[in-house]
Amino acid sequence: MKTEELILNMGPQHPSTHGVLRLELELEGEVVNKVTPHIGYLHRCFEKHAEAMTYPQVIPYTDRMDYLASMYNNFGYVIGVEKLLGIEVPERVQYIRVIMGELQRIASHLVALGTYGLDIGAFTPFLYLFRDREKILTLFEITCGARLLYNYMWVGGLSHDLHPDFVRLTREFIKYYRPNITELNNLLTFNKIFVERTANIGVLPAETAINYGISGPNLRASGVKFDLRRNDPYSIYDRFDFEIPVGEGMMGTVGDCWDRYYVRVLELEQSLRIIEQALDQLPEGDVQSAIPKRIKPPVGSVYTRVENPKGELGYFIISDGSVNPFRVKVRAPSFVNLSIINELSRGHLVADIVAILGSIDIVLGEIDR
Amino acid sequence: MFDALSELFGSPIIAAFVSAIVPLVFIVPFVIIAVYMERKVAGHMQDRLGPMRVGYHGILQTVADFFKLLQKEDITASSIDKRFFNVAPFLVFAGSYAVYAALPFTSSMLGSKIDIGLFFIVAASGLVVAGILMAGWSSNNKYSLYGALRSAAQIVSYEIPTIIVILSVVMFTRTLSLAEMSEMQTAYFWNWNIFGGAEWNLTKLLITPFMMIAFLIFYISSLAEVNRTPFDMPEAESELVAGYHTEYSGIKFSMFFLAEYANMFAVSAIAVAIFLGGYQSPFGYVGNLIGAEWLVQVEQLFWFISKGMFFVFVQMWLRWTLPRVRVDQLMTICWKYLIPYSFVNLIIIGIITLI
Repeated sequence: MKTEELILNMGPQHPSTHGVLRLELELEGEVVNKVTPHIGYLHRCFEKHAEAMTYPQVIPYTDRMDYLASMYNNFGYVIGVEKLLGIEVPERVQYIRVIMGELQRIASHLVALGTYGLDIGAFTPFLYLFRDREKILTLFEITCGARLLYNYMWVGGLSHDLHPDFVRLTREFIKYYRPNITELNNLLTFNKIFVERTANIGVLPAETAINYGISGPNLRASGVKFDLRRNDPYSIYDRFDFEIPVGEGMMGTVGDCWDRYYVRVLELEQSLRIIEQALDQLPEGDVQSAIPKRIKPPVGSVYTRVENPKGELGYFIISDGSVNPFRVKVRAPSFVNLSIINELSRGHLVADIVAILGSIDIVLGEIDR
Repeated sequence: MFDALSELFGSPIIAAFVSAIVPLVFIVPFVIIAVYMERKVAGHMQDRLGPMRVGYHGILQTVADFFKLLQKEDITASSIDKRFFNVAPFLVFAGSYAVYAALPFTSSMLGSKIDIGLFFIVAASGLVVAGILMAGWSSNNKYSLYGALRSAAQIVSYEIPTIIVILSVVMFTRTLSLAEMSEMQTAYFWNWNIFGGAEWNLTKLLITPFMMIAFLIFYISSLAEVNRTPFDMPEAESELVAGYHTEYSGIKFSMFFLAEYANMFAVSAIAVAIFLGGYQSPFGYVGNLIGAEWLVQVEQLFWFISKGMFFVFVQMWLRWTLPRVRVDQLMTICWKYLIPYSFVNLIIIGIITLI
């Protein structure tokens, strides 16, 4: 009898490929032999566009890469340009950037955890987490008027100072949000069915993770204690006291889907701690005094990397001395993290592909740019 | 009911048609209410309001949706097997509709007073599998095929523990007729089968825990049989898009939808009829107290539907709380846990009944 493998195209229109990703699955029954990701459905030529823009004009474009973590995309880019220009930004700006960045990390992780529950079939946690994310978006809205694409961090400063109520509202949010992590844990994290679905699935050993250049929560879930906020501190992250959660294989093997999920849950708490400390230390000052009138960096190049919620977000900016960057190359964490999918999925069932893809937490806007 | 109707119309043929339509009079409003209820239950569990715009608190939402579905274009792709594709949704609906023929809504209102009601229900619900397989195969779509195969495997597997549990209850009550079974568990809730039936003796005391286990197994496997979360493999939306009905639209899709909701009530009603006293009131009848015979019937209908609806609510509750199990775990639950447990339970109930 002649047998052949079944090729199943998962996506680009599919409920759980997290955007317009197409996965080409080679199946033997329900067992997956090979996964080939096909990307590019959302390609918008960010890097080429950047060459025709002035430096500040690039910032709104960075918003649209990882649209779930726009603040952090701004953050990485402005740090790079500031380094190129060699300017110092005021203390208050640094603190506000950290606060916004960590709020954004929580918001991004909430989407990651919620959609992961959705992938596994639990609908309700998704809406609970979105309810809380909504509160963070409101904080952003009162600060800069936008809810998703902020264009908030400018080279040398910020587009707006904080709203007078911001500090109070953020403290209220932290007080409100902390117990909800426990709620999430009770509802989803330690749910027997959820654990059965995710523990020992898609195990990523530390060595493989490093070889593939995986970063962010995915790398930490494999037991590697590597966080750019601690290992290569940028901005003022060296002033805060926080822990770096790593995967411990509590429910199965170190580096399985459950670990990747749980590291994100633990990071929520750490981000809250950073925000609290930053709010306590927040100095007074002007957020726009250091913004240069005309941004024309000297000839040279710079690579900056920040710990985006998804992993290491790097900007390689080359300046030819004009008002436009000569080249902006982005190291997008989701793009690199997606490359592991075939390695993780081999030999698992179709249902596990969804679980594995969800646990990697990709954003297609960033992969295709 | 058939006898009464044939007296009324003077012809058994008309009576047969009329009594066949009666469940439809129940199912369609039930589905409209249940879909609305599902959305409201989901909404309130998820900290939101659910439908609010169409009518007062959105009560007309499902009616609007129903008309929207009717208007939709009935798409049939070019590469499908037309015959099977068109028949499948109606076969699935027929399977779940047939079950209603043997459900005792009240002591006099039931489609057919056959002695092998339970046997008939188990057999008729088998039609659903054929319909689902047909839909999956004829759609010529890989997702549909996967959904259909999963569904067939799941329904067939989970029928085994269901039947074993039914068998143990049948051994205890010594009847296959749902009407008779409901009649036995008369009036008060301590007479229900889950509490060991109506007779007060040692058997009742001994058998109660095992009846409770039997009920639990029955409820779990019936969840799987109607493809509800956590066992909604065949239509696992995050994996298989929509499973076997991916390619369907318009009225044919709504037939699947109707069948799904009709099934939800059907399995709840069966569970109620064999374990929880069927149409019997848990606290006695007001009708008997004041001597109004018709009132008893109304009360029975009320109790049957409210007990059924309660378990429909539990199904919704589970759906919006639990994640979905994986397809191999689903089979493990059935073959490694439910079947052995139900079998041991069957033997124990058998021994107790003999004593």
